[in-house]
Amino acid sequence: MKVERLGLQEINGPLVALDGVSGVSNEEVVELSLADGSVRTGRVIALDGARAVVQVFEGTAGLSLNGVRTRFLGHPLQLPLSPELLGRVFNGAGRPVDGLGGLYAEKYGDINGSPMNPVAREYPRNYIATGVSSIDCLVTLIRGQKLPIFSGSGMSHNQLAVQIVRQAQTAAQAGEKFGVVFAAMGVKNDVADYFRRSFDEAGVMGHVCMFLNLSNDPIIERILTPKCALTAAEYLAFEHDMHVLVIMTDVTAYCEALREFSSSKGEIPGRKGYPGYLYSDLASLYERAGLLKGKKGSVTQIPILTMPNDDITHPVPDLTGYITEGQIVLDRNLDHLGIYPPVSVLPSLSRLMKDGIGAGYTRDDHSAASAQLFASYAKVQDARALASVIGEEELAPSDRLHLRFGGLFERYFLNQGFTENRTIGETLDLAWALLSTLPREELDRVEPEVLAAHYDPEKAKRFQ
Amino acid sequence: MAQNVIGAINGPVVKVRRTADFSMMEMVHVGEKRLLGEVIAMNSEETTIQVYENTTGLRVGEPVEPTGGPMCATLAPGILTGIYDGIQRPLDVIAAQSGAFIPTGLDVSALDTRKKWRVTLRVKAGDRLAGGAVFAACPETPLIEHRIMVPPGVSGEVVFAAPDGEYTMDGHLLTLRDGDGREHVLTMTQRWPIRTPRPCRARLPIDRPLLTGQRVIDTLIPIAKGGTAAVPGGFGTGKTMTQHQIAKWCDADIIVYIGCGERGNEMTQVLDEFGALIDPKSGQPLSARTVLIANTSNMPVAAREASIYTGLTLAEYYRDMGYHVAIMADSTSRWAEALREISGRLEEMPAEEGFPAYLPSRISQFYERAGYMENLDGSEGSVTIIGAVSPQGADFSEPVTQNTKRFVRCFWALDKSLAYARHYPAINWSTSYSEYVVELAGWYEKNVSPDFLPVRQRMNNILQEEDKLMEIVKLIGADVLPDEQKLVIEAAKVIRVGFLQQNAFHKDDTYVPMEKQLRMMQVILLLYDEALRLVQQSVPIATVLGTGLFDKLIKMKYDIPNDDLSKFDGYEAEIRQTCAELRARGAEGGEAR
Repeated sequence: MKVERLGLQEINGPLVALDGVSGVSNEEVVELSLADGSVRTGRVIALDGARAVVQVFEGTAGLSLNGVRTRFLGHPLQLPLSPELLGRVFNGAGRPVDGLGGLYAEKYGDINGSPMNPVAREYPRNYIATGVSSIDCLVTLIRGQKLPIFSGSGMSHNQLAVQIVRQAQTAAQAGEKFGVVFAAMGVKNDVADYFRRSFDEAGVMGHVCMFLNLSNDPIIERILTPKCALTAAEYLAFEHDMHVLVIMTDVTAYCEALREFSSSKGEIPGRKGYPGYLYSDLASLYERAGLLKGKKGSVTQIPILTMPNDDITHPVPDLTGYITEGQIVLDRNLDHLGIYPPVSVLPSLSRLMKDGIGAGYTRDDHSAASAQLFASYAKVQDARALASVIGEEELAPSDRLHLRFGGLFERYFLNQGFTENRTIGETLDLAWALLSTLPREELDRVEPEVLAAHYDPEKAKRFQ
Repeated sequence: MAQNVIGAINGPVVKVRRTADFSMMEMVHVGEKRLLGEVIAMNSEETTIQVYENTTGLRVGEPVEPTGGPMCATLAPGILTGIYDGIQRPLDVIAAQSGAFIPTGLDVSALDTRKKWRVTLRVKAGDRLAGGAVFAACPETPLIEHRIMVPPGVSGEVVFAAPDGEYTMDGHLLTLRDGDGREHVLTMTQRWPIRTPRPCRARLPIDRPLLTGQRVIDTLIPIAKGGTAAVPGGFGTGKTMTQHQIAKWCDADIIVYIGCGERGNEMTQVLDEFGALIDPKSGQPLSARTVLIANTSNMPVAAREASIYTGLTLAEYYRDMGYHVAIMADSTSRWAEALREISGRLEEMPAEEGFPAYLPSRISQFYERAGYMENLDGSEGSVTIIGAVSPQGADFSEPVTQNTKRFVRCFWALDKSLAYARHYPAINWSTSYSEYVVELAGWYEKNVSPDFLPVRQRMNNILQEEDKLMEIVKLIGADVLPDEQKLVIEAAKVIRVGFLQQNAFHKDDTYVPMEKQLRMMQVILLLYDEALRLVQQSVPIATVLGTGLFDKLIKMKYDIPNDDLSKFDGYEAEIRQTCAELRARGAEGGEAR
């Protein structure tokens, strides 16, 4: 039933209200034709009797109460899907913006998706070799995981994401299909461009599908961007057996768009003005990562978010950390010291790594090495705190050794060039060599047999 | 009767105008897809319904049908080993029916109605039975006998008892005739409204611990059977890991694991692990005693709110059979957020941080359903609730943590700095507490050792003293402390790393019996006492540490198997001998000087 209707009853922020509608379904898509011939899209977000409240994606600037014709399309928001998605660029609402015309759709997917049945999930176990020591050894990325990068403005999260994409792709085994879905939410034009160029240089552009909502694009489209991107990712992974890496940046901008939209609807705010359903909303994005039983493909997510004022307790990183399976936290001090990637080791975590490392996956000594690195580096922080009060000279010998270990660890282990690709073997050998600079009895997280096999002060001499 | 139709839709909240056909908390079918919903508010103008499924595609004018009763759980054999969503729909059946993604408007029954159970009747015609009486039983899993009970509120004389044999869950097993001459036909199935606690005869005093095999819990901050505990902690501090460990190893008969608004992969992990892990006590897979309720964070929020009550009702049902049940609720904060979300949709006046004003009363109602009970038939059973709390920004002053703290008696505070140092379980021994220690004292004295509580207290004192000393160390370094205080710090390190820290991935260390916990403490204290004597005789602390005994004790958790505690004798002998030698040498040195 494609009846056109003339006029609107109310316009408020991105919302318009229409009276006298019937047969309209919740979440249905609406087309709004303006007097100047341009067409905007919206969707129904609430129904009350004969009144429908419609959210307009492109914003309501220029809309008037009686000059707009509306048409209800009879279906929820859908994304055209086909393997041709790869290599294409779309806007946040899923319309092509690369000038190559529309997509010949194999099928249409509801962008909200459906929840994955926990029974049908396959528990993720295969690790992804990113070639970055700090990630591979300490916060191992697992296929099907959602592992965000918590960063701050001005830090090198974008380079890190690009490096992961490039090196993970080279490590993918022959015969495996690999794809990247990139969702830009409210990022600057330069950032989007940086990603495009980097993918081009790495020669992966043919495997990348981009959804771009730049910082000056409408906020309602920003709310749709990750949903479109994940619909595409699920389709490529579970219907075309691809291993899809989804990079979403910047989740903070997405949440701010959500807040803006929520307040324009007059909803009761939760913490810092963000809507009370922020957790459920973020979960509906992040939970769309994973593996399914009997399917070859996988969806792995690397969301990037900038912590406002580098505050990890801000609602966006906080709620994200509760949903995702760990986090990679970047540290401004390390960044200032010129260490790349500036991964802050102690708050970083990969929840899935315990089952995806060790014999058969990486190497049998991996969990021992990472546990000991964490523990020893925690002691480094204590020693540093103490040294800043009483001075290095006054420290006990073991504290002084830890101080030295900390410096070496940051310089040789964390610090790694943008182009340097280390195998897991190299990374673990380096870890043991660094640990061997410490006295043997300080390594209390390692079982004696493992220590006997890997502890070797000779190797530590290279750091003299 | 005029047909009831949808008048307004806002997210998961649907309103029906001008109708009187519904009752409060009644379950309803909404729309042509027959989505499940529940009536949550009504007045003469409109009836408000929360829908348990996604409302995309719903239209104004679609029908709403009452079902005549409140939201009920189906209670019958077959619950164990299952995995359900928040409103007890079996997820494995849904997966078989509709594939990997969960669609809306499903009509599936909670339990398999065709499966036959081998039932043995325990009563005969002429017996008089009251509500709660067990009249038959069948093996539900190799571990658990399902005791089939007369529903609460029904009683009378048996006029028909079916012969032993194989029956489905709807098979006619028994007929009772009550005092008014009415006949009640009983099957093995009961239905019970999830928001109503199942009745019991009396609450019994709490007197025995729920043993978890986790040293920091069993020894320092114990929980009792029938008790309540909260596990608050920021993300990454190991709430879920702690709950998994307790679910795997605690000595409850039945585990109800509620994944409330948490990660899908975690539920998959529980499914995989519990199916593969063999319970050392029974030799059966752990899944044989486990029920999973999985309403992950991206499943509908209204069903998340209900999932807690569904889990409680299942737990109480098994308690009525005389079992000890432990509930893991991960996480109660997500449940509270579901309350907030629905309250926001209803435009209720918010209290703190947008949470509804009734948050504290809902939390207290939840935890009050725990307890050690005398059941209607005189048997004893317990429901223990262990709820995870996910405070926003790891700030324990937020409303959910604060309100939970008022209603639980055991508080395991997870600490970020411990987690950062990968000290797991990251339960902070100084901010956590358990009110059960006093009530459990008798049990420890009788079943572990009269020594247990004094030894525990001494260990606690060393930790407390270390806490104080560390304040000084942070300011001026450890070097200036006298040797006696340095020894306290070294002993506390052995306690922290060798005792409190526990490796969930090590075959022996993942579960430690009480007796071994006691022996470990005794050995550590023996070393402390012996070393203290040496230090008091002016043997330098460096010499004492040089014996390697401290490092050896830190690793004893790996070196001493759970089933061979005689090795402790060797450790004790070595400590005594080494220290005696040092003392002798110290005495000689003293004479020479």
